[in-house]
Amino acid sequence: MRDRQASRDARRDREFEAFVAGAAGRLLHAATLLTGEAPDDGPRARRLLVPALAHTYARWHRLRGEDPYECARQYLATRFAHEAWRHYGAAGRARPHPRSPLAELAPQERLILVLRMFEGVAEEQTAALLGLPVERVHAVCDRATATVLHPARRAAPGAMGTRVAPS
Amino acid sequence: MNRPQREAAVRRILEEVPVPVPPDLHAEAVRRGGRLLRRRLLAHRLMWLLLCAAAVAFTVWAVRAQPWAEPPSQTTVPLTGW
Repeated sequence: MRDRQASRDARRDREFEAFVAGAAGRLLHAATLLTGEAPDDGPRARRLLVPALAHTYARWHRLRGEDPYECARQYLATRFAHEAWRHYGAAGRARPHPRSPLAELAPQERLILVLRMFEGVAEEQTAALLGLPVERVHAVCDRATATVLHPARRAAPGAMGTRVAPS
Repeated sequence: MNRPQREAAVRRILEEVPVPVPPDLHAEAVRRGGRLLRRRLLAHRLMWLLLCAAAVAFTVWAVRAQPWAEPPSQTTVPLTGW
């Protein structure tokens, strides 16, 4: 009994290692896009991804044919949605890095755009996952697409005006 | 630009910068996942222990108090010498 458990755990560890080797890059990329951080330095993306992977590891025996990648992605998305909701208004904490391609988007726009375009999740599934109507997902995705393709050249207020020329 | 073109352009923008994967990601995930599993196991055991203790306590109480036995009547006089 104990031997069987040990061999099951060993197999789980092997499978999980292969899963992380294959999927961590893409998941980390998605997490970095979500948090709007610079591609080579994403502490918040990492803080988002590690619990998602840990959750997938803990659920490994109970996945029963379910895709572990989907499990991790779902956890990642819901956790990001909760965090964005909790820190709503705390603008200074979560300001996107200007080198991120999604720097101009709001957290919800980033989430929907990443799920729809980067991960290729269907509109209905995205809506079900986030608890939103399908039309809303469609509208937000369209708006986010337009913003990414044609970023408004908004000068940051105060960035130019407050600078005083040295006399 | 129509919809498929726009979507393709956005996909290209999203994909274009590669994100390097830190090497200790797997180890940390396994460490935290293992901690999660151990905690879950402990919680399950505690729950079972509590359930068993409650069942034993109930049985002992039931055997001692015998709540199903009708208590002797205290209002009518016992019928004797009939």
